[in-house]
Amino acid sequence: MTPCTSSRLLRLVVILILLVLPFVLSSYGLSIFTKVLIFGILAMSLDILIGYTGLVSFNHASFLGISAYTVGILAVHGINNFWLTLPAGIIAALLLAMVLGLLVLRSSDAYFLMITLAFGQMLYALAWRWRSLTGGDDGLAGIPRPEIGLPISMNDYHNFYYLVLIFFGLSFYALSKFIRSSLGRSIIGVRESESRMQALGYNTWALKYLAYIVAAGFAGLAGVLFVYFNGFISPEDLSWSLSGMIMLMVIIGGAGTLIGPVIGVGVIFILQNFISAYTERWPLFIGIIFVICVMYARNGIVGYLLKLEAKRRRCNESPGSKEHL
Amino acid sequence: MKALEVKNICKNFGGLKVLQNVSISVETGERRAIIGPNGAGKTTLFNIISGITTASSGEIFIFGKKVTTLSPYHRARLGLGRTFQKNNLFSDMSLLENIYLAMRINKSPLNMQDFLQQWGMWNRRNIKVKKLSYGEQRQVELLLALAQAPKILLLDEPTAGMSPVEKGLILQMIKGLDRSITILIIEHDMEVVFNLADRITVLHLGQVLCEATPEIVKAKPRVQEIYLGTTGEEGWH
Ligand SMILES: Nc1ncnc2c1ncn2[C@@H]1O[C@H](COP(=O)(O)OP(=O)(O)OP(=O)(O)O)[C@@H](O)[C@H]1O
Ligand SMILES: [Mg+2]
Repeated sequence: MTPCTSSRLLRLVVILILLVLPFVLSSYGLSIFTKVLIFGILAMSLDILIGYTGLVSFNHASFLGISAYTVGILAVHGINNFWLTLPAGIIAALLLAMVLGLLVLRSSDAYFLMITLAFGQMLYALAWRWRSLTGGDDGLAGIPRPEIGLPISMNDYHNFYYLVLIFFGLSFYALSKFIRSSLGRSIIGVRESESRMQALGYNTWALKYLAYIVAAGFAGLAGVLFVYFNGFISPEDLSWSLSGMIMLMVIIGGAGTLIGPVIGVGVIFILQNFISAYTERWPLFIGIIFVICVMYARNGIVGYLLKLEAKRRRCNESPGSKEHL
Repeated sequence: MKALEVKNICKNFGGLKVLQNVSISVETGERRAIIGPNGAGKTTLFNIISGITTASSGEIFIFGKKVTTLSPYHRARLGLGRTFQKNNLFSDMSLLENIYLAMRINKSPLNMQDFLQQWGMWNRRNIKVKKLSYGEQRQVELLLALAQAPKILLLDEPTAGMSPVEKGLILQMIKGLDRSITILIIEHDMEVVFNLADRITVLHLGQVLCEATPEIVKAKPRVQEIYLGTTGEEGWH
Protein backbone atom coordinates (compact mmCIF):
# COMPACT_ATOMS: atom_id res chain seq x y z
CA MET A 1 0.00 0.00 0.00
CA THR A 2 1.38 3.43 -0.89
CA PRO A 3 1.57 6.01 1.89
CA CYS A 4 -1.08 8.02 0.05
CA THR A 5 -3.76 5.34 0.03
CA SER A 6 -2.97 4.28 3.59
CA SER A 7 -3.39 7.82 4.86
CA ARG A 8 -6.63 8.13 2.92
CA LEU A 9 -7.81 4.91 4.51
CA LEU A 10 -6.84 6.18 7.94
CA ARG A 11 -8.82 9.35 7.33
CA LEU A 12 -11.87 7.35 6.31
CA VAL A 13 -11.64 5.21 9.44
CA VAL A 14 -11.38 8.28 11.66
CA ILE A 15 -14.41 9.88 10.01
CA LEU A 16 -16.40 6.66 10.44
CA ILE A 17 -15.46 6.42 14.10
CA LEU A 18 -16.47 10.03 14.70
CA LEU A 19 -19.81 9.37 13.00
CA VAL A 20 -20.71 6.25 15.02
CA LEU A 21 -19.40 7.57 18.33
CA PRO A 22 -22.85 8.64 19.63
CA PHE A 23 -24.05 5.04 19.30
CA VAL A 24 -21.29 3.53 21.38
CA LEU A 25 -20.46 6.15 23.99
CA SER A 26 -22.36 7.01 27.15
CA SER A 27 -23.75 10.52 27.37
CA TYR A 28 -20.83 11.40 29.62
CA GLY A 29 -18.28 9.99 27.21
CA LEU A 30 -19.92 11.76 24.33
CA SER A 31 -19.89 15.07 26.17
CA ILE A 32 -16.13 14.72 26.65
CA PHE A 33 -15.74 14.09 22.94
CA THR A 34 -17.93 17.06 22.08
CA LYS A 35 -15.68 19.19 24.24
CA VAL A 36 -12.59 17.74 22.55
CA LEU A 37 -13.95 18.76 19.14
CA ILE A 38 -14.83 22.28 20.30
CA PHE A 39 -11.45 22.81 21.89
CA GLY A 40 -9.94 21.09 18.88
CA ILE A 41 -11.18 23.98 16.72
CA LEU A 42 -9.75 26.41 19.26
CA ALA A 43 -6.38 24.63 19.37
CA MET A 44 -6.14 24.39 15.57
CA SER A 45 -6.79 28.11 15.32
CA LEU A 46 -4.11 28.87 17.91
CA ASP A 47 -1.74 26.65 15.96
CA ILE A 48 -2.19 28.90 12.93
CA LEU A 49 -0.42 31.48 15.07
CA ILE A 50 2.05 29.36 17.04
CA GLY A 51 2.87 26.60 14.59
CA TYR A 52 2.44 28.28 11.22
CA THR A 53 3.09 31.99 11.72
CA GLY A 54 5.51 31.66 14.62
CA LEU A 55 3.53 33.99 16.88
CA VAL A 56 3.32 32.63 20.42
CA SER A 57 0.09 34.29 21.44
CA PHE A 58 -0.91 34.12 25.08
CA ASN A 59 -4.45 35.41 24.98
CA HIS A 60 -6.24 33.04 22.70
CA ALA A 61 -8.96 32.50 25.30
CA SER A 62 -9.89 36.17 24.78
CA PHE A 63 -11.33 35.34 21.37
CA LEU A 64 -13.20 32.31 22.66
CA GLY A 65 -14.43 34.42 25.58
CA ILE A 66 -15.61 37.49 23.69
CA SER A 67 -17.53 35.32 21.28
CA ALA A 68 -19.05 33.22 24.09
CA TYR A 69 -20.03 36.35 26.01
CA THR A 70 -21.61 37.85 22.90
CA VAL A 71 -23.73 34.74 22.43
CA GLY A 72 -24.48 34.59 26.17
CA ILE A 73 -25.61 38.20 26.29
CA LEU A 74 -27.81 37.66 23.23
CA ALA A 75 -29.30 34.59 24.91
CA VAL A 76 -30.04 36.60 28.05
CA HIS A 77 -31.99 38.95 25.78
CA GLY A 78 -33.90 36.05 24.28
CA ILE A 79 -32.03 35.81 20.98
CA ASN A 80 -31.25 32.19 20.45
CA ASN A 81 -31.35 31.59 16.72
CA PHE A 82 -28.09 29.87 15.89
CA TRP A 83 -27.84 31.51 12.46
CA LEU A 84 -27.85 34.92 14.14
CA THR A 85 -25.73 34.16 17.17
CA LEU A 86 -23.10 32.24 15.22
CA PRO A 87 -22.07 35.16 13.00
CA ALA A 88 -22.46 37.56 15.94
CA GLY A 89 -19.97 35.58 18.04
CA ILE A 90 -17.50 35.19 15.18
CA ILE A 91 -17.73 38.88 14.24
CA ALA A 92 -17.07 39.89 17.85
CA ALA A 93 -13.89 37.81 17.82
CA LEU A 94 -12.85 39.19 14.42
CA LEU A 95 -13.34 42.78 15.54
CA LEU A 96 -11.34 42.18 18.69
CA ALA A 97 -8.54 40.70 16.58
CA MET A 98 -8.59 43.63 14.17
CA VAL A 99 -8.07 46.05 17.04
CA LEU A 100 -5.69 43.95 19.14
CA GLY A 101 -3.68 43.00 16.08
CA LEU A 102 -2.83 46.65 15.48
CA LEU A 103 -1.45 46.87 19.00
CA VAL A 104 0.31 43.55 19.58
CA LEU A 105 1.86 42.82 16.19
CA ARG A 106 4.29 45.69 16.56
CA SER A 107 6.34 43.50 18.86
CA SER A 108 7.73 40.01 18.46
CA ASP A 109 9.08 37.02 20.37
CA ALA A 110 8.97 37.33 24.16
CA TYR A 111 7.55 40.85 23.96
CA PHE A 112 4.71 39.60 21.85
CA LEU A 113 3.95 36.90 24.38
CA MET A 114 3.99 39.39 27.25
CA ILE A 115 1.84 42.01 25.54
CA THR A 116 -0.77 39.47 24.47
CA LEU A 117 -0.84 38.16 28.03
CA ALA A 118 -1.38 41.70 29.28
CA PHE A 119 -4.29 42.36 26.92
CA GLY A 120 -5.79 38.99 27.79
CA GLN A 121 -5.74 39.89 31.47
CA MET A 122 -7.28 43.29 30.72
CA LEU A 123 -10.22 41.63 29.02
CA TYR A 124 -10.48 39.18 31.89
CA ALA A 125 -10.66 42.10 34.34
CA LEU A 126 -13.22 43.81 32.14
CA ALA A 127 -15.49 40.75 32.14
CA TRP A 128 -15.09 40.61 35.88
CA ARG A 129 -15.88 44.27 36.48
CA TRP A 130 -18.59 45.01 33.93
CA ARG A 131 -21.23 43.30 36.06
CA SER A 132 -24.28 44.79 34.39
CA LEU A 133 -23.33 43.24 31.07
CA THR A 134 -21.37 40.14 31.97
CA GLY A 135 -22.73 39.17 35.36
CA GLY A 136 -19.27 39.70 36.86
CA ASP A 137 -17.81 36.69 38.61
CA ASP A 138 -21.23 35.00 38.64
CA GLY A 139 -21.00 34.84 34.87
CA LEU A 140 -23.99 34.24 32.63
CA ALA A 141 -25.86 31.05 33.50
CA GLY A 142 -28.70 29.08 32.03
CA ILE A 143 -27.87 29.68 28.38
CA PRO A 144 -30.11 27.29 26.45
CA ARG A 145 -29.06 25.22 23.46
CA PRO A 146 -29.65 27.12 20.21
CA GLU A 147 -32.50 26.80 17.75
CA ILE A 148 -31.17 25.90 14.34
CA GLY A 149 -34.37 26.34 12.41
CA LEU A 150 -34.88 22.63 11.83
CA PRO A 151 -37.22 20.25 13.65
CA ILE A 152 -34.21 18.86 15.50
CA SER A 153 -33.66 19.64 19.16
CA MET A 154 -30.16 20.60 20.19
CA ASN A 155 -31.04 19.55 23.73
CA ASP A 156 -30.47 16.04 22.54
CA TYR A 157 -26.77 15.57 23.12
CA HIS A 158 -26.45 13.33 20.07
CA ASN A 159 -27.76 16.06 17.83
CA PHE A 160 -25.55 18.65 19.44
CA TYR A 161 -22.55 16.38 18.96
CA TYR A 162 -23.28 16.15 15.26
CA LEU A 163 -23.67 19.92 15.00
CA VAL A 164 -20.24 20.34 16.60
CA LEU A 165 -18.82 17.57 14.43
CA ILE A 166 -20.00 19.34 11.27
CA PHE A 167 -18.35 22.59 12.31
CA PHE A 168 -15.22 20.77 13.35
CA GLY A 169 -15.06 19.08 9.96
CA LEU A 170 -15.63 22.35 8.13
CA SER A 171 -12.96 24.10 10.20
CA PHE A 172 -10.44 21.35 9.64
CA TYR A 173 -11.10 21.42 5.93
CA ALA A 174 -11.00 25.20 5.66
CA LEU A 175 -7.84 25.54 7.72
CA SER A 176 -6.03 22.84 5.80
CA LYS A 177 -7.00 24.57 2.55
CA PHE A 178 -5.79 27.84 4.01
CA ILE A 179 -2.35 26.58 4.97
CA ARG A 180 -1.92 24.87 1.60
CA SER A 181 -2.86 28.03 -0.28
CA SER A 182 -0.19 30.41 -1.49
CA LEU A 183 -1.20 32.74 1.32
CA GLY A 184 -0.68 29.92 3.81
CA ARG A 185 2.75 29.19 2.31
CA SER A 186 3.66 32.85 2.73
CA ILE A 187 2.62 32.74 6.36
CA ILE A 188 4.89 29.75 6.92
CA GLY A 189 7.58 31.78 5.19
CA VAL A 190 7.18 34.43 7.89
CA ARG A 191 7.71 31.76 10.53
CA GLU A 192 10.81 30.48 8.77
CA SER A 193 12.39 33.87 8.16
CA GLU A 194 10.60 37.17 8.43
CA SER A 195 13.61 39.17 7.26
CA ARG A 196 13.96 37.06 4.13
CA MET A 197 10.27 37.45 3.38
CA GLN A 198 10.65 41.21 3.62
CA ALA A 199 13.72 41.14 1.43
CA LEU A 200 11.68 39.24 -1.16
CA GLY A 201 8.98 41.90 -1.13
CA TYR A 202 6.36 40.53 1.25
CA ASN A 203 4.52 42.82 3.60
CA THR A 204 5.05 40.53 6.55
CA TRP A 205 3.08 42.73 8.92
CA ALA A 206 0.00 42.30 6.75
CA LEU A 207 0.55 38.54 6.59
CA LYS A 208 0.76 38.31 10.37
CA TYR A 209 -2.29 40.52 10.77
CA LEU A 210 -4.24 38.29 8.42
CA ALA A 211 -3.18 35.13 10.24
CA TYR A 212 -4.13 36.75 13.53
CA ILE A 213 -7.62 37.57 12.27
CA VAL A 214 -8.17 34.14 10.71
CA ALA A 215 -7.12 32.45 13.94
CA ALA A 216 -9.44 34.68 15.95
CA GLY A 217 -12.36 33.93 13.65
CA PHE A 218 -12.06 30.20 14.25
CA ALA A 219 -11.56 30.78 17.98
CA GLY A 220 -14.80 32.76 17.82
CA LEU A 221 -16.54 29.80 16.22
CA ALA A 222 -15.26 27.61 19.05
CA GLY A 223 -16.59 30.20 21.52
CA VAL A 224 -20.10 29.99 20.10
CA LEU A 225 -20.13 26.19 20.28
CA PHE A 226 -18.53 26.25 23.71
CA VAL A 227 -21.09 28.51 25.34
CA TYR A 228 -23.96 26.42 23.98
CA PHE A 229 -22.22 23.26 25.12
CA ASN A 230 -21.53 24.61 28.58
CA GLY A 231 -24.71 26.63 29.07
CA PHE A 232 -22.61 28.95 31.17
CA ILE A 233 -19.87 31.51 30.70
CA SER A 234 -17.70 33.18 33.34
CA PRO A 235 -14.53 35.27 33.35
CA GLU A 236 -12.53 32.06 33.85
CA ASP A 237 -13.24 31.24 30.23
CA LEU A 238 -11.08 34.11 29.05
CA SER A 239 -8.43 33.85 31.71
CA TRP A 240 -4.73 33.34 31.09
CA SER A 241 -4.91 29.88 32.61
CA LEU A 242 -7.22 28.77 29.81
CA SER A 243 -4.98 30.46 27.24
CA GLY A 244 -1.99 28.69 28.75
CA MET A 245 -3.82 25.37 28.76
CA ILE A 246 -4.65 25.61 25.05
CA MET A 247 -1.07 26.55 24.33
CA LEU A 248 0.13 23.44 26.18
CA MET A 249 -2.33 21.33 24.22
CA VAL A 250 -0.99 22.69 20.92
CA ILE A 251 2.62 22.11 21.92
CA ILE A 252 2.04 18.65 23.41
CA GLY A 253 0.02 17.54 20.39
CA GLY A 254 2.45 19.00 17.88
CA ALA A 255 2.55 22.60 16.70
CA GLY A 256 2.79 23.16 12.96
CA THR A 257 0.41 20.34 12.06
CA LEU A 258 -3.36 20.67 12.09
CA ILE A 259 -4.12 17.29 13.60
CA GLY A 260 -1.52 17.65 16.35
CA PRO A 261 -3.38 20.25 18.42
CA VAL A 262 -6.56 18.19 18.23
CA ILE A 263 -4.71 15.14 19.49
CA GLY A 264 -3.21 17.31 22.22
CA VAL A 265 -6.69 18.39 23.30
CA GLY A 266 -7.93 14.80 23.27
CA VAL A 267 -5.00 13.44 25.25
CA ILE A 268 -5.19 16.18 27.86
CA PHE A 269 -8.96 16.06 28.35
CA ILE A 270 -9.14 12.30 28.50
CA LEU A 271 -6.19 12.07 30.89
CA GLN A 272 -7.70 14.84 32.96
CA ASN A 273 -10.87 12.84 33.32
CA PHE A 274 -9.11 9.67 34.36
CA ILE A 275 -6.57 11.24 36.64
CA SER A 276 -8.86 13.67 38.42
CA ALA A 277 -11.03 10.73 39.40
CA TYR A 278 -8.16 9.53 41.58
CA THR A 279 -6.32 12.62 42.67
CA GLU A 280 -6.60 16.37 42.98
CA ARG A 281 -3.08 16.83 41.65
CA TRP A 282 -4.03 17.12 38.02
CA PRO A 283 -1.87 20.20 37.36
CA LEU A 284 1.15 18.23 38.54
CA PHE A 285 0.46 15.60 35.90
CA ILE A 286 0.06 18.06 33.10
CA GLY A 287 3.38 19.55 34.20
CA ILE A 288 5.02 16.13 33.98
CA ILE A 289 3.53 15.47 30.53
CA PHE A 290 4.83 18.80 29.36
CA VAL A 291 8.33 18.14 30.67
CA ILE A 292 8.37 14.72 28.98
CA CYS A 293 7.31 16.35 25.74
CA VAL A 294 9.98 18.99 25.92
CA MET A 295 12.65 16.40 26.69
CA TYR A 296 11.72 13.61 24.31
CA ALA A 297 9.27 14.94 21.75
CA ARG A 298 10.13 18.52 20.91
CA ASN A 299 7.62 18.55 18.09
CA GLY A 300 4.83 17.04 20.15
CA ILE A 301 3.08 13.73 19.80
CA VAL A 302 2.50 14.06 16.07
CA GLY A 303 6.04 15.25 15.48
CA TYR A 304 7.30 12.20 17.35
CA LEU A 305 5.12 9.85 15.31
CA LEU A 306 6.25 11.45 12.05
CA LYS A 307 9.84 11.00 13.11
CA LEU A 308 9.27 7.30 13.79
CA GLU A 309 7.54 6.95 10.45
CA ALA A 310 10.39 8.69 8.63
CA LYS A 311 12.89 6.41 10.36
CA ARG A 312 10.90 3.33 9.36
CA ARG A 313 10.66 4.50 5.79
CA ARG A 314 14.35 5.25 5.60
CA CYS A 315 15.11 1.69 6.74
CA ASN A 316 12.86 0.25 4.04
CA GLU A 317 14.12 2.53 1.33
CA SER A 318 16.66 1.31 -1.17
CA PRO A 319 19.91 3.19 -0.55
CA GLY A 320 19.93 4.48 -4.14
CA SER A 321 16.82 6.61 -4.02
CA LYS A 322 17.81 9.99 -2.72
CA GLU A 323 14.80 12.09 -3.44
CA HIS A 324 12.28 12.24 -0.64
CA LEU A 325 9.94 14.88 0.68
CA MET B 1 21.21 56.41 -15.01
CA LYS B 2 22.12 55.87 -11.39
CA ALA B 3 20.64 52.62 -10.11
CA LEU B 4 21.51 53.33 -6.51
CA GLU B 5 22.54 56.42 -4.60
CA VAL B 6 23.53 56.43 -0.97
CA LYS B 7 23.95 59.97 0.36
CA ASN B 8 25.67 60.92 3.60
CA ILE B 9 24.53 57.88 5.54
CA CYS B 10 25.40 57.84 9.23
CA LYS B 11 24.57 55.06 11.63
CA ASN B 12 25.18 54.89 15.35
CA PHE B 13 24.52 51.90 17.54
CA GLY B 14 24.35 53.59 20.90
CA GLY B 15 27.67 55.43 21.11
CA LEU B 16 29.28 53.33 18.40
CA LYS B 17 29.61 55.17 15.09
CA VAL B 18 29.32 52.32 12.60
CA LEU B 19 28.86 54.44 9.48
CA GLN B 20 29.96 58.05 9.06
CA ASN B 21 28.89 60.10 6.09
CA VAL B 22 28.95 57.25 3.62
CA SER B 23 28.05 58.21 0.06
CA ILE B 24 28.08 55.74 -2.80
CA SER B 25 26.61 56.05 -6.24
CA VAL B 26 26.28 53.09 -8.59
CA GLU B 27 25.45 53.17 -12.31
CA THR B 28 22.89 50.83 -13.82
CA GLY B 29 24.56 47.59 -14.84
CA GLU B 30 27.69 48.30 -12.83
CA ARG B 31 29.46 45.65 -10.77
CA ARG B 32 30.59 47.32 -7.58
CA ALA B 33 32.61 45.60 -4.91
CA ILE B 34 32.55 46.83 -1.34
CA ILE B 35 35.59 45.75 0.59
CA GLY B 36 36.94 46.49 4.03
CA PRO B 37 38.11 44.73 7.16
CA ASN B 38 35.78 42.93 9.59
CA GLY B 39 33.52 45.35 11.41
CA ALA B 40 33.99 48.11 8.82
CA GLY B 41 30.22 48.46 8.50
CA LYS B 42 29.65 46.72 5.16
CA THR B 43 26.73 44.57 6.24
CA THR B 44 25.21 47.48 8.13
CA LEU B 45 25.35 49.49 4.92
CA PHE B 46 23.49 46.71 3.05
CA ASN B 47 20.93 46.53 5.82
CA ILE B 48 20.34 50.25 5.52
CA ILE B 49 20.04 50.08 1.73
CA SER B 50 17.55 47.21 1.93
CA GLY B 51 15.65 48.88 4.76
CA ILE B 52 16.10 46.30 7.52
CA THR B 53 18.03 48.88 9.53
CA THR B 54 17.15 52.56 9.54
CA ALA B 55 19.96 55.05 9.18
CA SER B 56 20.58 57.71 11.83
CA SER B 57 20.76 60.23 8.99
CA GLY B 58 21.24 60.38 5.24
CA GLU B 59 19.23 59.36 2.19
CA ILE B 60 18.86 56.40 -0.14
CA PHE B 61 17.67 56.58 -3.76
CA ILE B 62 16.75 53.66 -6.00
CA PHE B 63 16.53 54.61 -9.70
CA GLY B 64 16.13 58.20 -8.60
CA LYS B 65 13.29 57.44 -6.22
CA LYS B 66 13.81 58.38 -2.60
CA VAL B 67 13.30 55.27 -0.48
CA THR B 68 14.83 56.38 2.81
CA THR B 69 11.60 55.90 4.76
CA LEU B 70 10.15 53.02 2.76
CA SER B 71 9.86 49.59 4.35
CA PRO B 72 12.04 46.71 3.09
CA TYR B 73 9.25 45.05 1.14
CA HIS B 74 8.54 48.29 -0.72
CA ARG B 75 12.16 48.55 -1.75
CA ALA B 76 12.16 44.92 -2.83
CA ARG B 77 9.21 45.62 -5.08
CA LEU B 78 11.18 48.41 -6.72
CA GLY B 79 13.62 45.74 -7.86
CA LEU B 80 16.05 45.51 -4.97
CA GLY B 81 17.16 41.98 -4.15
CA ARG B 82 19.70 40.86 -1.59
CA THR B 83 21.46 37.89 -0.07
CA PHE B 84 22.57 37.57 3.53
CA GLN B 85 26.02 37.01 4.96
CA LYS B 86 24.59 34.22 7.11
CA ASN B 87 22.24 31.88 5.24
CA ASN B 88 18.72 33.16 5.65
CA LEU B 89 16.48 30.58 4.00
CA PHE B 90 13.12 28.92 4.57
CA SER B 91 15.00 25.95 5.91
CA ASP B 92 12.03 23.74 6.76
CA MET B 93 10.65 24.04 3.23
CA SER B 94 11.76 22.30 0.07
CA LEU B 95 13.98 24.06 -2.44
CA LEU B 96 11.01 24.34 -4.80
CA GLU B 97 8.85 26.01 -2.14
CA ASN B 98 11.66 28.45 -1.43
CA ILE B 99 11.86 29.43 -5.07
CA TYR B 100 8.07 29.54 -5.30
CA LEU B 101 7.88 32.10 -2.50
CA ALA B 102 10.56 34.23 -4.13
CA MET B 103 8.85 34.18 -7.52
CA ARG B 104 5.24 34.52 -6.41
CA ILE B 105 5.37 37.95 -4.85
CA ASN B 106 7.45 39.43 -7.64
CA LYS B 107 5.20 37.98 -10.35
CA SER B 108 8.42 36.74 -11.80
CA PRO B 109 8.31 35.96 -15.52
CA LEU B 110 10.64 33.02 -14.87
CA ASN B 111 9.49 29.44 -14.84
CA MET B 112 10.55 27.45 -11.78
CA GLN B 113 11.64 24.42 -13.74
CA ASP B 114 13.63 26.38 -16.31
CA PHE B 115 15.17 28.45 -13.56
CA LEU B 116 16.28 25.51 -11.41
CA GLN B 117 17.45 23.56 -14.43
CA GLN B 118 19.48 26.53 -15.59
CA TRP B 119 21.29 26.58 -12.25
CA GLY B 120 21.58 22.80 -12.10
CA MET B 121 19.43 22.26 -9.05
CA TRP B 122 16.20 20.88 -10.50
CA ASN B 123 16.96 17.37 -9.25
CA ARG B 124 17.32 18.75 -5.72
CA ARG B 125 13.97 20.53 -5.77
CA ASN B 126 12.08 18.31 -3.32
CA ILE B 127 14.73 18.28 -0.63
CA LYS B 128 14.23 20.42 2.44
CA VAL B 129 16.70 23.25 2.27
CA LYS B 130 18.11 22.46 5.71
CA LYS B 131 19.07 19.01 4.40
CA LEU B 132 21.19 20.45 1.59
CA SER B 133 24.94 20.76 2.03
CA TYR B 134 26.31 24.09 3.23
CA GLY B 135 27.64 24.90 -0.21
CA GLU B 136 24.28 24.17 -1.81
CA GLN B 137 22.51 26.28 0.79
CA ARG B 138 24.87 29.11 -0.01
CA GLN B 139 23.90 28.66 -3.65
CA VAL B 140 20.19 28.73 -2.73
CA GLU B 141 20.87 31.97 -0.87
CA LEU B 142 21.86 33.43 -4.22
CA LEU B 143 19.10 31.65 -6.16
CA LEU B 144 16.40 33.13 -3.91
CA ALA B 145 17.59 36.61 -4.73
CA LEU B 146 17.83 35.79 -8.44
CA ALA B 147 14.35 34.26 -8.46
CA GLN B 148 13.08 37.70 -7.51
CA ALA B 149 14.28 38.89 -10.90
CA PRO B 150 15.94 41.89 -9.24
CA LYS B 151 17.21 45.00 -11.00
CA ILE B 152 19.69 45.71 -8.23
CA LEU B 153 21.35 42.85 -6.41
CA LEU B 154 23.16 43.19 -3.08
CA LEU B 155 25.42 40.21 -2.37
CA ASP B 156 26.84 39.94 1.13
CA GLU B 157 29.88 37.66 0.99
CA PRO B 158 28.27 35.09 -1.33
CA THR B 159 31.29 32.78 -1.22
CA ALA B 160 31.81 32.89 2.56
CA GLY B 161 32.87 29.53 3.96
CA MET B 162 32.95 27.74 0.62
CA SER B 163 35.56 25.44 -0.83
CA PRO B 164 37.58 26.75 -3.81
CA VAL B 165 35.53 24.62 -6.23
CA GLU B 166 32.24 25.92 -4.86
CA LYS B 167 33.62 29.45 -4.91
CA GLY B 168 34.40 29.06 -8.58
CA LEU B 169 30.85 27.92 -9.22
CA ILE B 170 29.32 30.92 -7.45
CA LEU B 171 31.72 33.25 -9.23
CA GLN B 172 30.66 31.80 -12.58
CA MET B 173 27.01 32.21 -11.61
CA ILE B 174 27.51 35.88 -10.78
CA LYS B 175 29.65 36.55 -13.83
CA GLY B 176 26.99 35.03 -16.04
CA LEU B 177 24.26 37.37 -14.87
CA ASP B 178 22.73 39.75 -17.34
CA ARG B 179 24.36 43.16 -17.56
CA SER B 180 21.03 44.84 -16.99
CA ILE B 181 21.30 43.81 -13.35
CA THR B 182 23.26 46.16 -11.14
CA ILE B 183 25.37 44.29 -8.61
CA LEU B 184 26.92 45.35 -5.32
CA ILE B 185 29.05 42.67 -3.77
CA ILE B 186 30.72 42.52 -0.38
CA GLU B 187 33.60 40.09 -0.62
CA HIS B 188 36.76 39.24 1.27
CA ASP B 189 38.21 37.05 -1.45
CA MET B 190 40.27 39.41 -3.59
CA GLU B 191 40.39 37.01 -6.50
CA VAL B 192 36.61 37.17 -6.71
CA VAL B 193 36.66 40.95 -6.30
CA PHE B 194 39.20 41.65 -9.01
CA ASN B 195 37.53 39.14 -11.28
CA LEU B 196 34.14 40.78 -11.03
CA ALA B 197 34.24 44.41 -10.10
CA ASP B 198 34.14 47.41 -12.40
CA ARG B 199 34.80 49.63 -9.43
CA ILE B 200 35.70 49.06 -5.81
CA THR B 201 34.66 51.01 -2.73
CA VAL B 202 36.89 50.56 0.30
CA LEU B 203 35.14 50.98 3.62
CA HIS B 204 37.21 51.43 6.74
CA LEU B 205 35.98 52.21 10.24
CA GLY B 206 32.64 53.26 8.85
CA GLN B 207 34.03 55.66 6.26
CA VAL B 208 34.66 55.45 2.55
CA LEU B 209 38.42 55.32 2.28
CA CYS B 210 38.50 55.38 -1.50
CA GLU B 211 36.54 54.45 -4.56
CA ALA B 212 38.25 53.53 -7.82
CA THR B 213 38.88 50.88 -10.44
CA PRO B 214 40.45 47.60 -9.31
CA GLU B 215 43.86 48.52 -10.76
CA ILE B 216 44.07 51.76 -8.83
CA VAL B 217 42.76 50.25 -5.59
CA LYS B 218 45.23 47.41 -5.82
CA ALA B 219 48.10 49.85 -6.06
CA LYS B 220 47.09 52.02 -3.10
CA PRO B 221 49.55 51.60 -0.25
CA ARG B 222 46.98 52.75 2.34
CA VAL B 223 44.57 49.98 1.33
CA GLN B 224 47.27 47.34 1.54
CA GLU B 225 48.31 48.66 4.89
CA ILE B 226 44.80 48.38 6.32
CA TYR B 227 44.30 44.88 5.04
CA LEU B 228 47.70 43.58 5.98
CA GLY B 229 47.64 45.41 9.27
CA THR B 230 44.25 44.44 10.64
CA THR B 231 43.13 41.27 8.94
CA GLY B 232 46.28 39.44 8.12
CA GLU B 233 44.87 35.98 7.64
CA GLU B 234 41.78 36.93 5.78
CA GLY B 235 42.50 39.95 3.61
CA TRP B 236 44.40 40.09 0.33
CA HIS B 237 46.06 37.01 -0.91
N1 LIG C 1 22.53 45.60 15.74
C1 LIG C 1 23.75 46.04 16.15
N2 LIG C 1 23.87 46.58 17.37
C2 LIG C 1 25.08 47.04 17.80
N3 LIG C 1 26.19 46.99 17.07
C3 LIG C 1 26.12 46.47 15.82
C4 LIG C 1 24.90 45.96 15.31
N4 LIG C 1 25.11 45.50 14.06
C5 LIG C 1 26.42 45.70 13.80
N5 LIG C 1 27.03 46.27 14.87
C6 LIG C 1 28.46 46.67 14.95
O1 LIG C 1 28.72 47.48 13.82
C7 LIG C 1 30.02 47.23 13.32
C8 LIG C 1 29.93 46.93 11.87
O2 LIG C 1 29.27 45.68 11.67
P1 LIG C 1 29.01 45.06 10.24
O3 LIG C 1 28.34 43.77 10.45
O4 LIG C 1 28.34 46.06 9.40
O5 LIG C 1 30.50 44.83 9.73
P2 LIG C 1 31.01 44.14 8.40
O6 LIG C 1 31.81 45.15 7.69
O7 LIG C 1 29.89 43.53 7.66
O8 LIG C 1 31.98 43.03 9.00
P3 LIG C 1 32.23 41.52 8.50
O9 LIG C 1 33.27 41.58 7.45
O10 LIG C 1 32.74 40.84 9.72
O11 LIG C 1 30.94 40.97 8.03
C9 LIG C 1 30.58 46.11 14.17
O12 LIG C 1 31.42 46.69 15.14
C10 LIG C 1 29.40 45.49 14.80
O13 LIG C 1 29.73 44.97 16.05
MG1 LIG D 1 29.31 41.68 7.18
